Amino acid sequence: MIPELGHFALILALLVAIVQGVLPLIGAARNSTPWIALAKPAARAQFLLIATAFGCLTYAFINNDFSVVFVAEHSNSQLPLGYQIGAVWGGHEGSLLLWMLMLTGWGAAVSFFSRHLPATMTARVLAVLGLISVGLLLFILLTSNPFERILPGAAEGRDLNPMLQDPGLIFHPPMLYMGYVGFSVAFAFAIAALISGQLDAAWARWSRPWTLAAWVFLTLGIAMGSYWAYYVLGWGGWWFWDPVENASFIPWLVGTALLHSLAVTEKRGCFKNWTVLLAIAAFSLSLLGTFLVRSGVLTSVHAFATDPRRGIFILVLLAIVIGSSLILFALRAPKVGLGGAFGLISRESLLLMNNVLLVVAAGSVLLGTLYPLFIDAMGLGKLSVGPPYFNSVFVPIMAPLVFLMALGPIARWKNASIADMAKRLRVVFVVALIAAVAAPFALGPWSPLVALGLLLAFWLIASIVANVIDRARTTAGGLIGQPRSWYAMHTAHLGIAIFVIGVTLVKGYEVEKDVRMEPDDTVTVGAYTFRFVGVSERMGPNYRAQRGEVELSKDGKVLRMLNPEKRAFFSSAMPMTEAAIDTGFLRDVYVSLGEPIDERAWSVRVYYKPFVDWIWGGCLLMAIGGIVALSDRRYRLKQAAKANIAIEGARA
Amino acid sequence: MNRFLIPLGIFIVLVVFLAIGLNRDPREVPSPLIGKSAPAFELPQLHNPALKFSPAEMQGKVWLLNVWASWCVSCRQEHPLLVELSEGKVVPIYGLDYKDQRADALKWLRDFGDPYTMSIADSDGRVGMDYGVYGVPETYVIDKAGVIRYKQIGPITREVLDSKILPMVKELQRL
Repeated sequence: MIPELGHFALILALLVAIVQGVLPLIGAARNSTPWIALAKPAARAQFLLIATAFGCLTYAFINNDFSVVFVAEHSNSQLPLGYQIGAVWGGHEGSLLLWMLMLTGWGAAVSFFSRHLPATMTARVLAVLGLISVGLLLFILLTSNPFERILPGAAEGRDLNPMLQDPGLIFHPPMLYMGYVGFSVAFAFAIAALISGQLDAAWARWSRPWTLAAWVFLTLGIAMGSYWAYYVLGWGGWWFWDPVENASFIPWLVGTALLHSLAVTEKRGCFKNWTVLLAIAAFSLSLLGTFLVRSGVLTSVHAFATDPRRGIFILVLLAIVIGSSLILFALRAPKVGLGGAFGLISRESLLLMNNVLLVVAAGSVLLGTLYPLFIDAMGLGKLSVGPPYFNSVFVPIMAPLVFLMALGPIARWKNASIADMAKRLRVVFVVALIAAVAAPFALGPWSPLVALGLLLAFWLIASIVANVIDRARTTAGGLIGQPRSWYAMHTAHLGIAIFVIGVTLVKGYEVEKDVRMEPDDTVTVGAYTFRFVGVSERMGPNYRAQRGEVELSKDGKVLRMLNPEKRAFFSSAMPMTEAAIDTGFLRDVYVSLGEPIDERAWSVRVYYKPFVDWIWGGCLLMAIGGIVALSDRRYRLKQAAKANIAIEGARA
Repeated sequence: MNRFLIPLGIFIVLVVFLAIGLNRDPREVPSPLIGKSAPAFELPQLHNPALKFSPAEMQGKVWLLNVWASWCVSCRQEHPLLVELSEGKVVPIYGLDYKDQRADALKWLRDFGDPYTMSIADSDGRVGMDYGVYGVPETYVIDKAGVIRYKQIGPITREVLDSKILPMVKELQRL
């Protein structure tokens, strides 16, 4: 009964989405107030309906309703409650429902936080979101219904993929989806602006907080996924350039470009066409990512069962959504004015370079991801593109980007002087250079790559420090008087520097040892000694674990016991590794169990990973930067100012 | 016509490729080598580089040649199946370690289990090229006369193993 209710809620949501997608659009064109007014309640109703459907599916999972095919395939009565809830999005159908929950959630949020927007604008934005919903709901209902039944029901569920049975499952996908589905709002604003012809600073200002919010979620989501892979795959890596990872990373790169481009459009009125195109691209790439992951055109470790019907459906959806928005762009863009002029050296041109580099980076990741498909489609054969391609292409693009990041914030709008900037950053550069050349000596063998990575990071940090000191000295309000957006920018940029340090030092100085260990054997990595105590058996709720005991000590002092596990799930042949990690500010010590070699001996892998947590710390700082920017009073002040203008307008 | 149509143009090209891609199974590739003799080679063994291996030694046996590498993510996916298959001792599996570092490869085998009767190190990928390796993992079924009978591109799945590879191996062993 409950699953049928969920199914029914989905059908109702589709009908509401059609109303939301069509009537307000016509209303906005004809200036018909009642039709315009439909948009907000429709968006909220749609969210409620999807939430109901989502709740029904969750209910079916919690109550082990194995007559629902999707539940039977992805859950099991022995699965702990947390994972039963997480399993809702542990498969194709459910994750699409989560996608919809996020989409309609963003729509409802727009309906609540848009009081300061002109009603026609809100109506168009919500209508665009409604149309996207129509497409996805049709997709769910026609090809991927999560409520489908088998009667009689299965006696027991097949269980959730053991790879997913981890707390990461509960947080990572919702966060990630919040992010990349969130770009739909920026997309909807762009389309609404193109339809109305109102591509101006106001449009950019409205889009900014939404883009920022989505970007914050995406940043956190990607970082979480990376951390999850780090501790659950048991091989110490944190990024694999897997197609599914790339599918989330490409929108992140474009979204980052969009954030910066929106700033220019808002402040200086230029780059309008470019910004609109980025807004379309960010969401289009999210959709493309969904297509790549869900259609099975690419093979990946995240392999999902594929169904050709689904692939064709998403492709058509993709073609309609992206194709029509690009046609709209081609029709409207030529009429958009150019905005303020700027010099060759100016904050505008630096941000333009930032955009170009980010887009080129996104393009090269996209190319690497799709290359096997292109080659195959042209009948030239099959191949796979691996990390060597991505690393060798990505790093040379990112290095100048990080270098320029130090310049952007100190450059003036319109026209900046190189001599002036050079004067201000001379000391910064010398300090960074000395520190970068010296630091590797303290850390281990000196290598040019480590020095280069550190140079970029130190250069960025030093420039931020210089900028902060400068502001404190030269402005009347001092540091307290600075707007939050200024702090936000520096926090996020600092995050990049921290991230670069983490990546550089892990790459340069990680130590990895693979050893055969019998009880009481020891192995030393750097200053740390590991003593293998033994392996015992432990029962989990739905698995049997071989639990290793490894004593970690430093300079003869015992620090703690580490317990890596090898878990055999009852429902699967594939054993899962659960690494044991001693996390520290400056290093991680990481132990994972390999295979048993004989009665007593095991293969054990120990890693010493200096500064690895800085990678995620950097991401966290970027996200905090985004949150601080969101809290900037500008957005609230502008709302008040806007209201004042409206009142004055009414008086006049 | 106008430059604002460029994004649309690029997108159309992309859609065409995606549409073609949809109709192709990324795991299925016809190989010109099927029905031909497996290319001869002589390469050092992974565990004991002083010893060599050549396919000629396998005359009279049906065997699988599995191309893998420690840097290959998809290889991890099929690995448990190979381990399982090797435990059944139905057919010998020879591993061609493709463009890999010896230490990494040995470690990988220690970690995930070693299903191979013997591993062969193809460190510069020359032999892989002769076999027309598109991407790892790939698996060849080679018959008693040394003729390639089947080629699996991408990871072996249980379905492929049960419906194609095992029946074929049994058939070839009877001949």
